[in-house]
Amino acid sequence: MSESPVHGSGGPGRSPTAAVLGVALVVVSVVGVLNQAVGESSALHVPTYVVTLLGKYACYALLAVALDLVWGYLGILSLGHGAFFALGGYAMGMHLMREIGPRGVYGHPVLPDFMVFLDWKTLPWYWHGFDSFAFALVMVVLVPAALAFVFGWLAFRSRVTGVYLSIMTQALTYALMLAFFRNEMGFGGNNGLTDFKDVLGLDLQSDATRVGLFVCSTMALAAGYLLARGIVRSRLGRVVTAIRDGEGRVRSLGYRPERYKLFVFTVSAAMAGVAGALYVPQVGIINPGEFAPLSSIELVVWVAVGGRGTLHGAALGAVLVNYAKTWLTGTYPEVWLFALGAMFVVVTLVLPRGIVGLAATTRAAWARRVTGASRAPGEVVP
Amino acid sequence: MSLVGPEVHTPTLLYLDGVSVSFDGFKAIDGLSLVVDETELRCVIGPNGAGKTTMMDIITGRTRPDTGRVEYADGVDLTRCDESEIANLGIGRKFQKPTVFEHHTVDDNLELALAGRRSVAASLRFALGPEDRDRIDELLATVNLRGLRHRLAGTLSHGQKQWLEIGMLLAQRPRLLLVDEPVAGMTAQETERTAELLVGLATDHAVVVVEHDMEFVRSIARKVTVLHQGRVLAEGPMSVIQDDPLVNAVYLGE
Amino acid sequence: MNHIIRHRHRRWLVRGLLGCVLALVGPILGATETRADFEAALAGLDARDFADKLRAIAEVARSGDPRSETVLAAMLDGRLAVTRAGGRLVVLPAEHGDAVDVRSGAPVPGLGARQTSRVRINNRLRGVLRDAIASLRLASPDRVVRLDAARALVGGVDASSLGTLRDALEAEGDAEVRGVLEVALAMAEARSDDVDTRLAAVRAMAGSLRPEVRGLLREMGDEERESDPRVRSAARDALDAIEAEVALYGHLSSLYFGVSLGSVLLLAAVGLAITFGVMGVINMAHGEMVMLGAYTTYVVQTLLPDALEISLLVALPLAFLVAGLVGVLMERGIIRHLYGRPLETLLATFGVSLVLQQTVRTVFSPLNRSVSTPQWMSGALEINPVLAFTYNRLYIIAFSIMVLLALVVLLRRTRFGLEMRAVTQNRAMASAMGIRTSRVDAMTFGLGCGIAGLAGVALSQLTNVGPNMGQAYIVDSFMVVVFGGVGNLLGTFVGAMTLGIVSKLLEPATGTVLAKILVLVSIIVFIQRRPRGLFALSGRAAEA
Repeated sequence: MSESPVHGSGGPGRSPTAAVLGVALVVVSVVGVLNQAVGESSALHVPTYVVTLLGKYACYALLAVALDLVWGYLGILSLGHGAFFALGGYAMGMHLMREIGPRGVYGHPVLPDFMVFLDWKTLPWYWHGFDSFAFALVMVVLVPAALAFVFGWLAFRSRVTGVYLSIMTQALTYALMLAFFRNEMGFGGNNGLTDFKDVLGLDLQSDATRVGLFVCSTMALAAGYLLARGIVRSRLGRVVTAIRDGEGRVRSLGYRPERYKLFVFTVSAAMAGVAGALYVPQVGIINPGEFAPLSSIELVVWVAVGGRGTLHGAALGAVLVNYAKTWLTGTYPEVWLFALGAMFVVVTLVLPRGIVGLAATTRAAWARRVTGASRAPGEVVP
Repeated sequence: MSLVGPEVHTPTLLYLDGVSVSFDGFKAIDGLSLVVDETELRCVIGPNGAGKTTMMDIITGRTRPDTGRVEYADGVDLTRCDESEIANLGIGRKFQKPTVFEHHTVDDNLELALAGRRSVAASLRFALGPEDRDRIDELLATVNLRGLRHRLAGTLSHGQKQWLEIGMLLAQRPRLLLVDEPVAGMTAQETERTAELLVGLATDHAVVVVEHDMEFVRSIARKVTVLHQGRVLAEGPMSVIQDDPLVNAVYLGE
Repeated sequence: MNHIIRHRHRRWLVRGLLGCVLALVGPILGATETRADFEAALAGLDARDFADKLRAIAEVARSGDPRSETVLAAMLDGRLAVTRAGGRLVVLPAEHGDAVDVRSGAPVPGLGARQTSRVRINNRLRGVLRDAIASLRLASPDRVVRLDAARALVGGVDASSLGTLRDALEAEGDAEVRGVLEVALAMAEARSDDVDTRLAAVRAMAGSLRPEVRGLLREMGDEERESDPRVRSAARDALDAIEAEVALYGHLSSLYFGVSLGSVLLLAAVGLAITFGVMGVINMAHGEMVMLGAYTTYVVQTLLPDALEISLLVALPLAFLVAGLVGVLMERGIIRHLYGRPLETLLATFGVSLVLQQTVRTVFSPLNRSVSTPQWMSGALEINPVLAFTYNRLYIIAFSIMVLLALVVLLRRTRFGLEMRAVTQNRAMASAMGIRTSRVDAMTFGLGCGIAGLAGVALSQLTNVGPNMGQAYIVDSFMVVVFGGVGNLLGTFVGAMTLGIVSKLLEPATGTVLAKILVLVSIIVFIQRRPRGLFALSGRAAEA
């Protein structure tokens, strides 16, 4: 809550936009240089797989920021945000499949391998246009946003809220998962889309492309963060948090909460789609597993751990939890789910405001002890 | 409006006729009729379950009546409007339980309530202008919260929240104010100030007050409507109502 | 009584008729010379000449001796043999055991293939033997034996045994057996050269649901196989009528599966109706409570391998206790601290569900475990050749309704139910009246979880028992509760049945996955229209 109520307090002489972009640029150039220019023998060399890992984390962080916008500020616990991420990923995956062209195993000039395998003769209508990168980029944003818009329009108009809405978002992603598992859908069924070769003519396996994707992901994260921050700090942001705290009251002031919700939900879905689109070329595959309810709910814990209602907290949580996941699934694979489960319980019981909230509380407590001042105003535990 | 003198009967602002609504067979409002003029202070009293809050819900569009007419100003049919439309028509409401945005500052609460365009696009571009600031300052002075303007509303006392909500109500610049139990939880001093405020407002607004505190009602009331079992039991000046044997039997006598 | 009289009547009829027509076979029951005839005829079975064998078979069959069927069946199986030493006729064992002397019925130990020579038969004899055995069985006093025999004859009757069949039909008093025999006869007569006979056969076959009949009628409707246009059109009409009936039974079958799925959903959702509907707690670990119940069944069967028949009865209370105890611990440890924060409760209980899944994976295995079905739950209640109700599903339907009724009684008629309703309606008031609300909370939550455990026992009889089994039902169960209207057991019942039946009725047309998607989407749309479910409360309270 430390961020949302305060507006216009960016501090004199400090542009947050420049600061965020500056940090992103520094990170990007340092990692890029350490990978490309510093020799492999050097202790400072960053191997390419680490660069890709960081790129993935950036995508996750963008996804977490998107979810936080909806959960932390709008108060809607979406258990289906993974669906928007996956749809963005599929849109990009479809472009990458078309990019393979005749280099597939079956060597068909147009049809992706899995369609040849299914004995399909022509490209389904919804695959047309994806040979164009620009078209794919538009779809990356448009498809998740359209789904969010339709779903949100129906749900918010009839005032479905709270856990009902959460369960419905879960049902949404579950239904999509079942649908995408079907071969007849034309998205590669169980195996999804994979074996990508290149993007914009650049080999996906090359170090330079991987660094490039990492740079794109980090810049997208910075842009997404700034966009979300702009929304949160506008009057719209204040209306949105007011909706979270008292929707009926906002309505009686003459606002239409459903339109505000729809706007934020749709923007958030589009951001999640972009995150998915950047994620797919880095991991080299997109399959229906991304729609699994568990994936969506896992990202809720990122935000919860970092601290919901604070955008930087969400991003931080995504990176930390995923670092823990990378480490644990590598070292003690059976422990990961225990750890994840425990995280859910501990965060909700002990750390309702996440790491960022804990830091703020500790800082405030420390400041109180030093100055002997009473509880700082604005220190409200939600 | 200002051309019309206070003695002259002012035009009707709100008109309810034969309104009924029932929940699961229980008639919460049963053939209720009510007329409120453009500038008047009306007190609505009645025992628990008389339908006072449901009446407000119907006027503000939270509840749809089963039958009956609800008209506003120049014949706007309120039963066809939704809550936000009704709010934008100039009907403001203060809820029974003070509902302010606890995680917003006092300033922000008032700013959200300020009259103006309510669309998504407008609020995305919105910037606080000098008139808005003046208006907020003025409101803060009116509800006596100037020193607390940067506090989170959640940290205010009960009475302060009540006032903040009255301030938010005023910020909307409504023509009709529906005020549900405004002095609950207020100190005697605060109550007195609230009474003054409401009486002052009634000179150029229509104010409908639902209140349990009979002392308070006596101090402000000019015209009182007594509800009982979802219908109007009696209506008239406080002095007449007080002596009505029927009213005393169901309500005042206890 | 009536049954016995009819039975006697039938026997008399058989004896009289068979005596008159001197059919190929037919037991002459009660005849004094039976024994001698039988024993004399037996010698001929091993004759060198096949014509003699044929005659001997007829005599054995006609003798009416109770041993005749065994002997002829053994001969058909190639298990009738003659000892090399002594020339005794014996029946060799089908798998292991001792050979049995035909005349004395005594076991003859130590007989191997070397000590005997088998009685040889050819295809013609096989046919005759089959007819003879069928006829013997058709004349059996036991209705079930006759019915089985009649069923075995359908589609396999050739012209030579038409007479047998006609006689048996005339002698038959039981309507069901008669029905089967008529079909068998008609199928044989359908191959007749006479057009009228064929037409009559088509008429006789009309309405039969046996798959062979449909095959035959299809042939008879085919221009290349059937020359007569009247027969063709009659066959087509009959086939259409039958197929319409089969389709109807197909729907009935779908309906049964729907009710069965509905009852499973009901079991899973009834617990949720308590924890979510009554207490307002979203328990994402509810599916794992079901899983715990199923694993309890597995453990019970593993620990008591000899008590399979009663294992489920043992597992039921244990599953209730295990899941209920875990529920109480969850409530005391976690949920209690999160009342009034539904979204946080959802997340915390989801965490618990992950931990429980991983625990089961670690303790047992990530793979599915197999749980056995007791004898009394196996098999199916066969209504007709195209419709059968499996017993395990029937039991589960009955069980789910029992659980629901028990719960209604518990809520309405017991002190605990009263306290539970009091606490959920007005916590402060209940507390003021001396009800220990925190204890009631824990017990209520435990009850909901315990019922999920019961659901697990039932589910172990239908699906695989694995760490992920709870996940498969959790979304559906929430849909049921939300669809039916929160806090309403009748709504839960109607919701579960609607969901189950609609899914299963859709499946034949759309496939399983698409049916599931359609159901999910329509519930999403439904909740948009009626956010409070089917049996919603209306009014101020509901809008708050």
